[in-house]
Amino acid sequence: MDFQDYRGGGATPEAGSSDGASGSAADPREHLVVIGNGMAGCRAVEELLARDAGRYRVTIFGAEPHVNYNRIMLSPVLAGEKTFDEIVINTADWYRDNNIDLIVSDPVTAIDRAGRTVTSRSGRVVDYDRLLIATGSDPFIIPVPGKDLPGVISFRDMKDVDTMVAAADAGGEAVVIGGGLLGLEAAHGLSLRGMKVTVLHLPNTLMERQLDEAAGWLLKTALEARGQTILTGADTAEIYGDGKVEGVRLKDGREIPASLVVMAVGIRPSVAPAREAGLDVGRGIKVDDHMVTSDPHVLAVGECVEHDGQVYGLVAPLWDMCRSLADGLTGKANPYRGSVTSTKLKVSGIDVFSAGDFSGAGAGCEDIVLRDASRGVYKRLVLQDDRIVGAVLYGDTGDGSWYFDLLRKGESVADLRDVLIFGQAFASGGGQADPKAAVAALSDDAEICGCNGVSKGQVVSCIVKGAHSLDAVRSTCKASASCGSCTGLVETLLALTLGDDVQSGPKTMCKCTSFTHDDVRREIVAQGMRSIPEVMQTLHWSTPDGCSSCRPALNYYLLCALPGDYVDDQQSRFVNERLHANIQKDGTYSVVPRMWGGLTNPRELRAIADVVEKYDAPMVKVTGGQRLDIFGIKKEDLPAVWADLNAAGMVSGHAYGKALRTVKTCVGSEWCRFGTQDSTGLGVRLEKMSWGSWMPHKFKIAVSGCPRNCAEATIKDFGVVCVDSGYELHVAGNGGIHVRATDLLCRVSTEQQVLDYCAAYIQLYREEARYLERTAPWVERVGIDYVRQRIVEDEVDREALCARFLYSQSFSQDDPWAQRAEGGEHEQHAHMAQFKPVKAEEMA
Amino acid sequence: MIGAWLDIGWVNEIPVRGSRTVTVDGAGEIAVFRTGDDKVFALRNRCPHKGGPLSQGIVHGHSVACPLHNWNIALATGEAQGEDKGCTPTIPVKIDGGRVLICRTGTLQAAA
Ligand code: SRM
Ligand SMILES: Cc1cc2nc3c(=O)[nH]c(=O)nc-3n(C[C@H](O)[C@H](O)[C@H](O)COP(=O)(O)OP(=O)(O)OC[C@H]3O[C@@H](n4cnc5c(N)ncnc54)[C@H](O)[C@@H]3O)c2cc1C
Ligand code: SF4
Ligand code: FES
Repeated sequence: MDFQDYRGGGATPEAGSSDGASGSAADPREHLVVIGNGMAGCRAVEELLARDAGRYRVTIFGAEPHVNYNRIMLSPVLAGEKTFDEIVINTADWYRDNNIDLIVSDPVTAIDRAGRTVTSRSGRVVDYDRLLIATGSDPFIIPVPGKDLPGVISFRDMKDVDTMVAAADAGGEAVVIGGGLLGLEAAHGLSLRGMKVTVLHLPNTLMERQLDEAAGWLLKTALEARGQTILTGADTAEIYGDGKVEGVRLKDGREIPASLVVMAVGIRPSVAPAREAGLDVGRGIKVDDHMVTSDPHVLAVGECVEHDGQVYGLVAPLWDMCRSLADGLTGKANPYRGSVTSTKLKVSGIDVFSAGDFSGAGAGCEDIVLRDASRGVYKRLVLQDDRIVGAVLYGDTGDGSWYFDLLRKGESVADLRDVLIFGQAFASGGGQADPKAAVAALSDDAEICGCNGVSKGQVVSCIVKGAHSLDAVRSTCKASASCGSCTGLVETLLALTLGDDVQSGPKTMCKCTSFTHDDVRREIVAQGMRSIPEVMQTLHWSTPDGCSSCRPALNYYLLCALPGDYVDDQQSRFVNERLHANIQKDGTYSVVPRMWGGLTNPRELRAIADVVEKYDAPMVKVTGGQRLDIFGIKKEDLPAVWADLNAAGMVSGHAYGKALRTVKTCVGSEWCRFGTQDSTGLGVRLEKMSWGSWMPHKFKIAVSGCPRNCAEATIKDFGVVCVDSGYELHVAGNGGIHVRATDLLCRVSTEQQVLDYCAAYIQLYREEARYLERTAPWVERVGIDYVRQRIVEDEVDREALCARFLYSQSFSQDDPWAQRAEGGEHEQHAHMAQFKPVKAEEMA
Repeated sequence: MIGAWLDIGWVNEIPVRGSRTVTVDGAGEIAVFRTGDDKVFALRNRCPHKGGPLSQGIVHGHSVACPLHNWNIALATGEAQGEDKGCTPTIPVKIDGGRVLICRTGTLQAAA
């Protein structure tokens, strides 16, 4: 397109000449020159024309070869849903009709404030009375090798879209760096055009500035289902290629081939000419409430400005700015006071909305969360002092504007609080602000449970017939038995129908959920859930990321359900399991290496002695579990201590874990005059089989060589008492808070059987006990007969349990200390920074 | 000249829902937390209960559960939540270009 097409009244100035003086001679009006033919610059002119059309003579410089178009709509153009012509905002006629001089493809390169002229790249010099800078933003290019290779582009203007379309027509693979709005839209468009797309995102959550983690996770899952590959936590090291892009290499060594790389990692206000002209520039060009810069003849508007410390990257604030600017230019005071922004976007066809501060960081903030997994909906409101201060909506953004309105007005929502999350229609349903009343008002045939198609009438009749608890309702009419999202409704119906007779059901896992441990475990397996955020979403957690009770439990349940597959979440581990040592009251740690079956040797003892001296450990002690405990080690020294112990062949004793602890033995037949079997050797074999496994709680084993039972096997989780004819297997003992002697499980005749039964028993415990439930309370709850039936009577079941245990062990018998000693998780042990403070007098 | 803000490193060096420590020579430690929604907070690394190292607790929402006796401490205010009473000094934090900066005077006061 030729720029001359768009030119309005003014004569085309010759390059290098100045039309300012002659222009003003011919036209006595003040001359307004606009740098930037984009959304804010043109809108400002429109606002000005609307107020006082004849007041200024206007010239606009544009760097792009186009009339003003709707930049937001570049995504639909890329996706093939719109053409360029359809997204033009101001046509050539508009410039002509309003006598605006448009100069395209010729960016302004210098501003002379003293002489009040601007100079363009082609050498034009134009005088101004008022200058308006509306240069928008520049895409941020991460400074990695290869960033300048042909085929590396950003996503900002029509030229970028043309490049992407051409690349897609040639076929092949594309990498998009940046999982924010722009990156995801680029990825969506490119994959619609047939490219295989990988998105690399450095943070762990997509669109982390607009969405909280839960919503980001939903988005990621939805996009992956559409065939895009999304790598979070992906740190780009280099873009490689010979003369043109061939791929991207990550810091962890992975390589992703690509013929096109789109960088969409962020934008920076475009301030170069303003800064060189000596205007006051911070992150953006600093402006006052009427968009005037530090020079009263120069104004600025749009993404290039900084107002009251804020810069903006969405259009809504720009419209507010343009109004204040136009009022100011026409002599009316209408100060711009900053904008509270909300984001309502369709990312690849998925509705997302966010507004205000949804970090929940302020004092007294509370969250209201609604998750409706079957509809793919997530809503979160952040309240402070009964006012909405933030909102995140995913999947259903219908109420976004209502919440945003309440947020901006700062109105108290105390009266609506209980129903707020259900949306405006529900909350304003005439006198139904009380959720109980709202449920009472539902008709008998209103659907309560969508999953199982149960109506209110059916639920009530099953309650009347005797189902007086949530569980009873679930098992009789199936309401709330699937996704659980109607649990609240069913509970309200129980309360309405029974008054005070409601029985409280089994204890829920924690305050974050209405499900019990058993429900959660069952659903994880039944629905094949694979991560903590997925569980929280599917089962409608009421907090954004759980609490210190549910997270470790979920982490364990997933680990148990997906051996070898699930990636352990370190941040959901208690400190001891995260640091692989026991924390002490002074914040130091104790270190207990494994001594298999209580056996040791000079080499191990020497290594322990050396560690005690080398790291100044204040105490070393023989534990009640037949091994040695080194106390007072600092977290920074742990990897080095472990390296020394590893060098002597010792591994972690898991004295800190919900895991196999010790296997106590006695001397047995090898030395003892009463010994009937090799209790020491069997103990070592049991420990070698079961060490490293994660369990619901700690697990202790002992093997005694005869019924004198020197190893105290009858107060252990699994105890073996050797007898002449073989081995007695005892289970569910506990020597702790409540002493409980074991139940006899059965007698077996070979060592191999002891190992097999032990493995099967551990696996049953791992799969069925609740987190933090030791074997004693577990067996008391399910009954020893049940355990006997599964382990002793049902041979097939026993073998299957045993096989599952051994399979899971094939992934867990890596010494965690060795990994750390080699530098794994190094940040857990290192300080982030260290400072030497300067004394007060030196600071002055 | 010493600035009013101490640059302690990249945000990404702190695990999400985790924490890192900063030592101040001759004084205590500062715990710097990063929450699930990517907010960063700094507190003195001592629980108001019995001095537990808060940096080692489980971070959930905008709270941390102390590793010693499970008090919950609000990251924004340092206050113990629920029935427990006590408060840990907080230190102003800001993020600039992906770097974490903590207020120098706040750090000295809190660590002392
Ligand atoms: C070190 C040791 C004491 C000693 O010096 O002998 C010890 C020390 C601790 N025990 Fe123990 N127990 C030790 C043997 C025992 C025994 C004896 C045994 O295993 O034969 C028992 C009773 C047997 C039993 O478990 O049934 C025992 C019953 C407990 C209990 C109560 C458990 C229960 O179910 O009632 C706890 C509390 C808990 O786990 O919740 C506990 C908790 C602890 C903790 C982990 C407390 C804590 O959370 O910080 C202590 C950590 C010590 C550390 O920092 O290393 N410790 N503890 C023993 C380590 C054995 C080892 O080599 O791993
Ligand atoms: C693909 C895409 C999708 C988007 N989607 C949304 C959305 O859904 N919602 C939303 O609110 N926002 C969205 N945005 C952001 C929105 O487009 C911007 O906030 C808005 O365009 C900013 O307006 P502006 O006038 O400040 O900058 P621009 O519109 O970028 O205009 C600046 C113009 O100045 C020109 N220029 C720069 N320097 C010079 C110079 N020295 N001389 C002459 N001309 C110069 C530039 O070439 C450009 O044409 C999106 C942006 C993109 C790129
Ligand atoms: S209990 Fe049995 S095996 Fe143990 S020492 Fe005494 S006799 Fe030997
Ligand atoms: S020291 Fe923190 S809870 Fe006791």
